[in-house]
Amino acid sequence: MTKIIYVEHNGTEHEVDVANGLTVMEGAVKNMIPGIDADCGGACACATCMVFVPAEWEAKIPPKEDMEITMLDFCEHTQENSRLSCQIPVTDALEGMRVEMPESQH
Amino acid sequence: MSGESAGRARGIVVVGAGQAGAQAVASLRTGGYEGPITMIGDETYAPYQRPPLSKKFLAGEISFDRLYIKPVEFYAQANVELVFDTRAAAINRADKEVLTGDGRVFPYSKLLIATGSRVREINVPGFDLDGIHYLRSIADVQGIQSKFREGARLVVVGGGYIGLEVAAVAKKHGLHVTVLETADRVMARVVDPIVSHFYERVHRAEGVIIETGVTVSGFEGNGRVEKVDCGDGRLYDADFVVVGIGIIPNTELAVDAGLHVENGIVVDEFTRTSDPDIFAAGDCTNHPNGVYGHRLRLESVHNAIEQGKSAAAAMTGGALEYNQVPWFWSDQYDLKLQIAGLSSGYTQAVVRGDPEAGRSFAVFYLKDGMLIAVDAINRAPEFMMSRLLIAQKAKLDPARLRDESIAMKQIVQ
Ligand SMILES: Cc1cc2nc3c(=O)[nH]c(=O)nc-3n(C[C@H](O)[C@H](O)[C@H](O)COP(=O)(O)OP(=O)(O)OC[C@H]3O[C@@H](n4cnc5c(N)ncnc54)[C@H](O)[C@@H]3O)c2cc1C
Ligand code: FES
Repeated sequence: MTKIIYVEHNGTEHEVDVANGLTVMEGAVKNMIPGIDADCGGACACATCMVFVPAEWEAKIPPKEDMEITMLDFCEHTQENSRLSCQIPVTDALEGMRVEMPESQH
Repeated sequence: MSGESAGRARGIVVVGAGQAGAQAVASLRTGGYEGPITMIGDETYAPYQRPPLSKKFLAGEISFDRLYIKPVEFYAQANVELVFDTRAAAINRADKEVLTGDGRVFPYSKLLIATGSRVREINVPGFDLDGIHYLRSIADVQGIQSKFREGARLVVVGGGYIGLEVAAVAKKHGLHVTVLETADRVMARVVDPIVSHFYERVHRAEGVIIETGVTVSGFEGNGRVEKVDCGDGRLYDADFVVVGIGIIPNTELAVDAGLHVENGIVVDEFTRTSDPDIFAAGDCTNHPNGVYGHRLRLESVHNAIEQGKSAAAAMTGGALEYNQVPWFWSDQYDLKLQIAGLSSGYTQAVVRGDPEAGRSFAVFYLKDGMLIAVDAINRAPEFMMSRLLIAQKAKLDPARLRDESIAMKQIVQ
């Protein structure tokens, strides 16, 4: 289990333990945290699971693959530190990671 | 009211615990509806995602509990009554009640029919032999997986996306795979020949035998399927068979209740049926699409989710119009196919990239210069940009679309 803190766009924080091996997206869905739609269920096909990952965590998560980079490039609220949360597997290294959610996923 | 339903508060009843039903229930609660919700489903599980059934779940890459659309606890927390292993048998519109196969009665104020679709069965001699499988539910996957042994011979009947996804997973597990398709190319119903031929090339390169223009005339075997007969002298050895020849929308409840049904339960853009207290969403509906200006029946997650949202709004007095560019995906090997829009009626197909070599290209479908659909293979920019452009009814220059030195974001002049 790894502690992940999800921050809604309105500032509401949710601190939850997520089983290693699940994705950051699944951690949110499983804990009923609003703000991540995940329409395609993690297939990297919908781009409705975007989160913002603070720079200090970037080195601890696998780099974006081409598909993710290009999907993000077309998302409305995308920023430099945007990631598709379904592409981030939870590992011990992410203990205490804070991810923020955009205003909307559409 | 019968004794069974006495004392039950009238609330929203959802028939069908799948993708659309789950979305509607979640949207009802986030939308502030606090009344009773009952969800009746004929499967054993809380609503789950079907796409992984022919992909990662079939491949054994993800566990069962990762299929759930919402965690099982959600329904209790959201105060949603789940009634599983139960088939809704009839709707009594006069008394506004749903009757189940086991004789229970569920009164409703508003009813959502989200019964999805079922597989089309193959009707040839030997159809009932053991070892002939279909793929729609978790139970189906478990049956297929029990046959997944290296070296086993699998014959897939139907070269649609489900059959081809199964073929890809089986090949990765070391099975001998043959796909038999009646049309002259695979995925003929949804994509252009360019895309069909690309998929045939890739499957063959991966070692799958693809036969097109063959029609299965029967199955042979002693209790258990051993051969698939194509009637033209071709006979294929099989340890098991997976049939994927399309689906049939589950509209019987609606038909019996006298609702307007025509190639799906007829609804408007707000998911309203011909009865003001009954709504329908997902695979079972025939709905208008403003982007194309005609009615559609779709089989996709996006359609189920968006209609689920609209139904939740409509059942609580709101109005959320469903009027979007349809989209869909399919995963085979390292190929991600993303389809936006509907290509039927196109006048020109424009190819970007090289379908003959490599594994990444896109086909744009234009109708009199206007973009109406795209098939994008490992091409997210083409897919994402096209979703926007199709909605805008953009007219595009084929020469620019073909020119890969022009980025998709700059494709409009
Ligand atoms: C193997 C497979 C792969 C797929 N892959 C993709 C994909 O990659 N991308 C994509 O977009 N879509 C895909 N789809 C399609 C997608 O899963 C469906 O379009 C979607 O599930 C439709 O949602 P629904 O709620 O309308 O129906 P369903 O999810 O099928 O739910 C309907 C439920 O209602 C139940 N039911 C029916 N009648 C009754 C009754 N009388 N009483 C009680 N319960 C009843 C059914 O048993 C079912 O549980 C795939 C489908 C399958 C089968
Ligand atoms: S859930 Fe669809 S891209 Fe992440």
